[in-house]
Amino acid sequence: MACIEARGLRKAFGTTIALDGVDLRVDEGRILGLVGPNGAGKTTALNAVLGLTAYEGSLKVLGRDPWQERDQLMRDVCFVADVAVLPRWMRVSQALDYVTGVHPRLDRAKAEGFLAKTQIKRTSKVRELSKGMVAQLHLALIMAIDAKLLVLDEPTLGLDILFRKQFYDSLLNDYFDHSRTIVVTTNQVEEIQNVLTDLMFINHGRIALSCSMEEFELRYAEVMVKPEQAAAARALQPIQERQVFGRSILLYDGVDRQKLAALGEVRTPSIADLFVAVMGNNYPQ
Amino acid sequence: MNTQSDAVRETAAGMPAVATANVTTTRPLYWSVRRELWENRSLIIAPVTVAVVILVGFLIAALRALSHLRQALVDPEHQRMAVQMPYDVAAALILVTAVITAAFYCLDALYGERRERSILFWKSLPVSDTTTVLSKISIPLVVLPLITFAIIVATHVVILVMGIVILPGGGFSAATMWAELPLFRMWIALLYALAVLALWHAPLYAWLLLVSGWVRKAAFLWAMLPPFAIAVLEKISFNTLYFRDFLKYRAFGWFPLAFMPQPDNAPPPADPLSTLTPGRFLSTPGVWLGLVVAAIFLAMAVRQRRYRGPL
Repeated sequence: MACIEARGLRKAFGTTIALDGVDLRVDEGRILGLVGPNGAGKTTALNAVLGLTAYEGSLKVLGRDPWQERDQLMRDVCFVADVAVLPRWMRVSQALDYVTGVHPRLDRAKAEGFLAKTQIKRTSKVRELSKGMVAQLHLALIMAIDAKLLVLDEPTLGLDILFRKQFYDSLLNDYFDHSRTIVVTTNQVEEIQNVLTDLMFINHGRIALSCSMEEFELRYAEVMVKPEQAAAARALQPIQERQVFGRSILLYDGVDRQKLAALGEVRTPSIADLFVAVMGNNYPQ
Repeated sequence: MNTQSDAVRETAAGMPAVATANVTTTRPLYWSVRRELWENRSLIIAPVTVAVVILVGFLIAALRALSHLRQALVDPEHQRMAVQMPYDVAAALILVTAVITAAFYCLDALYGERRERSILFWKSLPVSDTTTVLSKISIPLVVLPLITFAIIVATHVVILVMGIVILPGGGFSAATMWAELPLFRMWIALLYALAVLALWHAPLYAWLLLVSGWVRKAAFLWAMLPPFAIAVLEKISFNTLYFRDFLKYRAFGWFPLAFMPQPDNAPPPADPLSTLTPGRFLSTPGVWLGLVVAAIFLAMAVRQRRYRGPL
């Protein structure tokens, strides 16, 4: 069952083409990581999904057209654009009252429970909180909403390691059940590698790679070759080669792991390495 | 307000129904208006401050010139005017403050959220652009007039108490004062004036709201300069002042339409309600055309909010 389904999604800002015919499909209950360089079209794609911008092509989110049916869609979809956008004048208690009064799916008791685990005082204004606490507040509100789709656009931007870890831990443990869908974009790909179920690379407004993490682990392999095997290794047509401490590491797409095992130590590449390999040829432009 | 009901989650076409969900009834307009009041404390603080200043001023003035005041009050010709004057002055000053506060509120209403980028937070909640714009225009048209009324009434009550405590003596009694002070009728006339102002100025507030949602910076200049430029252009090219007169009409024209004109030095009438001319006001096409224009500006503001994001 598709949560998000896009076909031929296009968006141009004047002469700049932000999205150039994007086809994507996100099933329910998946956690998708959308990874791409700056200016690749991630935010534009998310904005289209959230009904914040018009677009050409076909796009259905939870069965609705997000641009036309935004008001109904926002009851089932939650998003965090950047954790720093909570209004600075608002008190924590006012934010809680407002979201409770306005969102049909917010469970106030849950939100208060999440807030109780933090150091946030109810009477503080958002401008008095540190950036990490604002993120905690925003997340507490978001996680108490029973949404079907959660979109996170660079949610951990500017947060320290502790908060970032806590963020994803809470998300996985307290929020994610297998009927909800989460879409995350982030430049810090390393930390979400273990969180994702699906992966997409986007570049120049097009999807460069789309696979589930299980496929990812089966398909891509990285080998640190012993120097004497280097030539044989290159014969298998790696998609990328790099040197680390004088030894070659080669990245393969779809090559039988047993063959690779003979050449050296085989392991699953990190998303970051694959990203550089896939994008490296096209970037910068 | 919050009725928790176990209900089956709505099924959009083809989506499987999920067991039970807590879906509560919501009041987006109510909460949006409350949010506006939380955000803009100045809406209440400004008129209250002015009221306090007026009260202190009156107190000091009365204490300084008590004997003169009592003489003026005893003089039968000017008695009514002298008794009513502090109430009218207080009401007028607080009203002017409220109008200025409302204008500045409108200029920032749709601008602040874009400048702060909090618009992305508001848009992440299921409150439609229409509801948001309506909640914002309701401040100068409904909420602020009610707040102003409450503040003026409270001020009047304080003036009354001050009058009863300070003034009697020298041939002037509290009973005489009360006879010349049709306070409840004055308050009804005040409510009428607030309603008239809201209806008449609606297109101006809607214009300010539209500008605040549209421009990237200097909302005040964008709101004020185009009309000014048009008036200047007209005067220079055609040597006529129609546009300027139209603007003046739009700002001040409510008074001669809603109230019967009074000759200049006449004492205030015994019944303030006799000067009200609601029929004439409501039958002026300018009122209704103004409301249509306001509706158009608001529709444009809703559209702008849908299409535009942060600055």
